[in-house]
Amino acid sequence: MLAYIARRLIAMPLLLLGVITVAFLLSHFTSADPLTSIIGERQMNNPAVVEAARARWGLDRSLPEQYLVYLKNLLTGDFGTSFRTRQPVAQDLLVRLPATLELVIAAMIVGTVFGVALGVIAARFQNRTPDNLARLFALFGSSVPVFWSGLVVLFIFSVQLGWLPGPGRIGSRMSAPELVTGFYTIDTLVAGDWAGFRSALAQLVLPASVLGWTVTGIVSRMVRASMLDVLGQEYILAARAKGAGQLRILFHHALRNAMLPTLTILGFSFAYLITGAILTETIFSWPGIGSYAVSAARGLDHPAIIGVTIVGGAAFLITNLLTDIAYALVDPRVKIGARATA
Amino acid sequence: MSDVAHRSRQFALPHWATLPVILGGFIVGAWIVIGFTVPFWAPYDPTMLAGMRFLPPGAEHWLGTDALGRDVFTRTLYGVRHSLPIAAAVIVCAVVIGCTLGAIAGFVGGLVDEAIMRLVDVTLSFPPILLAMAVTAALGPGLGNAAIAMVIVWWPIYARLMRAQVLAVREREHVEAAIASGARPSRVLFKHILPLCWSPIIVNATMDFGQVILLAASLSFIGLGAVPPTPEWGQMISDGALHFYRWWIAAGPGLAILTIVLGFNFLGDGLRDLLDPRSK
Repeated sequence: MLAYIARRLIAMPLLLLGVITVAFLLSHFTSADPLTSIIGERQMNNPAVVEAARARWGLDRSLPEQYLVYLKNLLTGDFGTSFRTRQPVAQDLLVRLPATLELVIAAMIVGTVFGVALGVIAARFQNRTPDNLARLFALFGSSVPVFWSGLVVLFIFSVQLGWLPGPGRIGSRMSAPELVTGFYTIDTLVAGDWAGFRSALAQLVLPASVLGWTVTGIVSRMVRASMLDVLGQEYILAARAKGAGQLRILFHHALRNAMLPTLTILGFSFAYLITGAILTETIFSWPGIGSYAVSAARGLDHPAIIGVTIVGGAAFLITNLLTDIAYALVDPRVKIGARATA
Repeated sequence: MSDVAHRSRQFALPHWATLPVILGGFIVGAWIVIGFTVPFWAPYDPTMLAGMRFLPPGAEHWLGTDALGRDVFTRTLYGVRHSLPIAAAVIVCAVVIGCTLGAIAGFVGGLVDEAIMRLVDVTLSFPPILLAMAVTAALGPGLGNAAIAMVIVWWPIYARLMRAQVLAVREREHVEAAIASGARPSRVLFKHILPLCWSPIIVNATMDFGQVILLAASLSFIGLGAVPPTPEWGQMISDGALHFYRWWIAAGPGLAILTIVLGFNFLGDGLRDLLDPRSK
């Protein structure tokens, strides 16, 4: 077990280097000249401006040279400067990270609560109507494009019913809370601003629900399977024989044990949440890393694209590692030696 | 849904014909038929002016018209002619490339195996949409480039799957017998190992079909896939987002993506239930 974790930890930096290299190469074998997006199309005919910009952004050096400089800068936390915002990419990302984290965490809570509830219902009524309905609801969640369901819920709940606010992180008449954690829901509380807190929370409901729905299916499928496993065991029979109530058996005896394998699926659902966050942020004008990535890709902003790709890859690698380790710790039946070679 | 499976057995349907499989097959089949026949019966031309701009849904235009006065219903139907062929091409390419490399890795082993599998590891280290976005941004926007990006995202999954299959089948006795009786390595691989490796690949490909359609639409929505005036679903929804209050512009393509992905997920779900008794 220790050997497995050690091997995974040693592989991490190598994989990260691979991620960095691929991201770097990708943005350099591009069909469009990045200079166009730096100085604009008009100035492209002006050789003096082109030369100056080339030297200014280091584009006149050879590819290996650029790569080494990039690596060296990365070690000091320098991701380069965005062509578009003219700000350091690392700073752009740091400013936007809390917004994305707040959305993803909220979505994870929504997905877990609904996923567990649906999974328990499905297991309790195995192969009966509630089970099928729960599965159908979950299946819809993984089939609907979030960039459309986002529009639909905005139209219904914000425009037609007026129950919830439109896009953005906080009401348009409010100012952003003073920066403490970057989570608006926490920062407004810290500042003692109740109206701000209510506004931030209300803003979060729609995007978090839309995003959370996409992982409900993954969670509920897992809960259902492990609940069925657990419900078939003898200690449940013993509890029934003792006369424990239906609900007590489900929640006190079965769900507790069924939750362990479910915890590991949360890491897996992270991949879906990243994908969804990029599109959800675009629809809800959420100023996070996802919407930053989209404008970077649209504007051929190479330093920003590499930066986002590397940060996303690193986050993905770390979550996968934690998931695998948690999985191995929780379920001793998993032969991790075999997994490592796969 | 085993009660459904049980009931269907009484009607003497084959054992794989469960409700999800039938439903999924029906939806996907309907879309395929639409894709082939729509030019013969579509009410309007998908790229030409069909009426006033921004007409709400009505008898003339079932799903209204868009910002350029084109019929949304017609464009939605035509959309399948982009989504399905692209998804099919991506899946086929990813399966061919992935399975070839995976089979080589598993069968040859050693340094070749190491090299291929490390490449797989690195590729799988990216969140799929980020990698697809970076590749498409590098190659330049367009449906073809988006398809290439998606192949790059998807092949490692099949390489890993195929390698595991080959490694498992290689240990079986009939392979040992074939080697002992002096069969050439290529014959062992093609005649004795590969024929036993396909079923999980096929199930996976079915389930991935829906995901590929979703990702392709997402890339178009972001503006990296199809370019106007192509009637592509993601592109149409991005159009609809611009004219947010004319909800019908995005409704058609949104429902189209939902139904076709749901169809493939039904199919995949049903197939998985058959192969994996744990999920029953």
